[in-house]
Amino acid sequence: MSQNTMNLKLKIWRQKGASTPGKMVDYTLNGVNPEMSFLEMMDVLNQQLIEAGEEPVAFDHDCREGICGMCSMFINGRAHGPMTGTTTCQLHMRHFKDGDTITIEPWRSAAFPVIKDLSVDRSSFDRIIQAGGYVSVNTGAAPDANAIPIPKEDADSAFDAATCIGCGACVATCKNASAMLFVSAKVSQLALLPQGAPERQERALRMVEQMDKEGFGNCTNTGACEVECPKGISIENIARMNREFLRASLVKKKKKAGMAAS
Amino acid sequence: MAQNASYGLLKSSIGKKVFMALTGLFLCLFLVGHLAGNLQLFIPGEAGQIQFNKYAEFMTTNPAVKILSYVTYFSILFHVFDGLALTLKNRKARPQRYHYKKDSANSIWSSRNMGVLGTVILVFIVLHMSNFWFKMHFGDIGVDAEGRKDLYTVVAASFEQLWYVAIYAISMVAIGFHLWHGFASGFQSLGVNHSAYNPIIQGFGKVFSVVVPLGFAIIPIYMYLT
Repeated sequence: MSQNTMNLKLKIWRQKGASTPGKMVDYTLNGVNPEMSFLEMMDVLNQQLIEAGEEPVAFDHDCREGICGMCSMFINGRAHGPMTGTTTCQLHMRHFKDGDTITIEPWRSAAFPVIKDLSVDRSSFDRIIQAGGYVSVNTGAAPDANAIPIPKEDADSAFDAATCIGCGACVATCKNASAMLFVSAKVSQLALLPQGAPERQERALRMVEQMDKEGFGNCTNTGACEVECPKGISIENIARMNREFLRASLVKKKKKAGMAAS
Repeated sequence: MAQNASYGLLKSSIGKKVFMALTGLFLCLFLVGHLAGNLQLFIPGEAGQIQFNKYAEFMTTNPAVKILSYVTYFSILFHVFDGLALTLKNRKARPQRYHYKKDSANSIWSSRNMGVLGTVILVFIVLHMSNFWFKMHFGDIGVDAEGRKDLYTVVAASFEQLWYVAIYAISMVAIGFHLWHGFASGFQSLGVNHSAYNPIIQGFGKVFSVVVPLGFAIIPIYMYLT
């Protein structure tokens, strides 16, 4: 298959380690195949750097099929690049033009410190999940289908929320580096189902408290997160979390113990 | 693990937003009342002067209005300080900024500039209150034919100056943009988001954010021209 290849100018954030200051560095990359994914383009750049005896660019990636949430990168001013509803690994070079200059930066958030270059530490998300993003009871083996009746609409809404891959694009794009879309998706996916309902108040309180502790910003309802979310998670979930949290704050009786399993 | 017990609503990110929404939406109601009162300035001649001064006296002496006015002062101050606290936390949440960020791709301008718009509005409120509210309460202003404090003449004299009319008109544009995002945003913060009601809330919010500031702005322009 013969293709017109592309020559690109790249501006990439380089940072040796968490405590060293970084800077934008310019690179030229020639002969890029338009059918490559963005990450494959980065692989080609790194090969070029290695052959020249330079340090390759560190970036996060894993499944490369758009479902794991590992790949990040703020490309040309947008989380996961110019296309909506996609992760960086599913972004292809055909969406760029020959001669383009592409700016590539890591997610920027106090709660996502840079580990190296484009790679950031998103364990703050894990700690939010640990705070309450689970169901405490042992559910045993898989029950028969429809043993617990769940309305179709609720099941669909819960599933829509559950498609969140925890990539952090919502935080990266939010002007306030707020994690509300992520946390609200995790609160919603359980609050909507009978298995998650008994702990919904405790869960909302704990997860929001942890979110605030991690240093994420507040939601100003700009709606940028739902536009940039590769899974199209709706800010309807944020409204649901606001309701859950508000109700729990107002009516929840204080108790000494945490959620059952903790 | 009694970690939630001490975690008050007002300390939380969502709690702060809820209070932002409650005070903001209350202030929307205040705007409607204020505008309704201002419309009396359209009454021509001495009848208008007498009517407006009668209204001004009622607004400064009626006990129910007094209670409402304290709620309004409180709402404005709370909205300002709560907004400031939220903005400072938001700044801290992204210490290292992006070299290039294309915000216009995913959000509207007013939603990203509520703090700037709010600051313009606050400066306007201070100016506005020092000119009319302060003079009505503490200033040495004359009386009209029926012996009431003549606020009407103070207002009419102010709006004979072009720069004053311009400041008012520009401030109303800021309020319009603030409401363009703020009205519907308040409902979202309170958790009111439902596919059946969203179009009504958003549509009403947009109409509100145009009609109310326009109504306020037309009065000084009308008084300047007549």
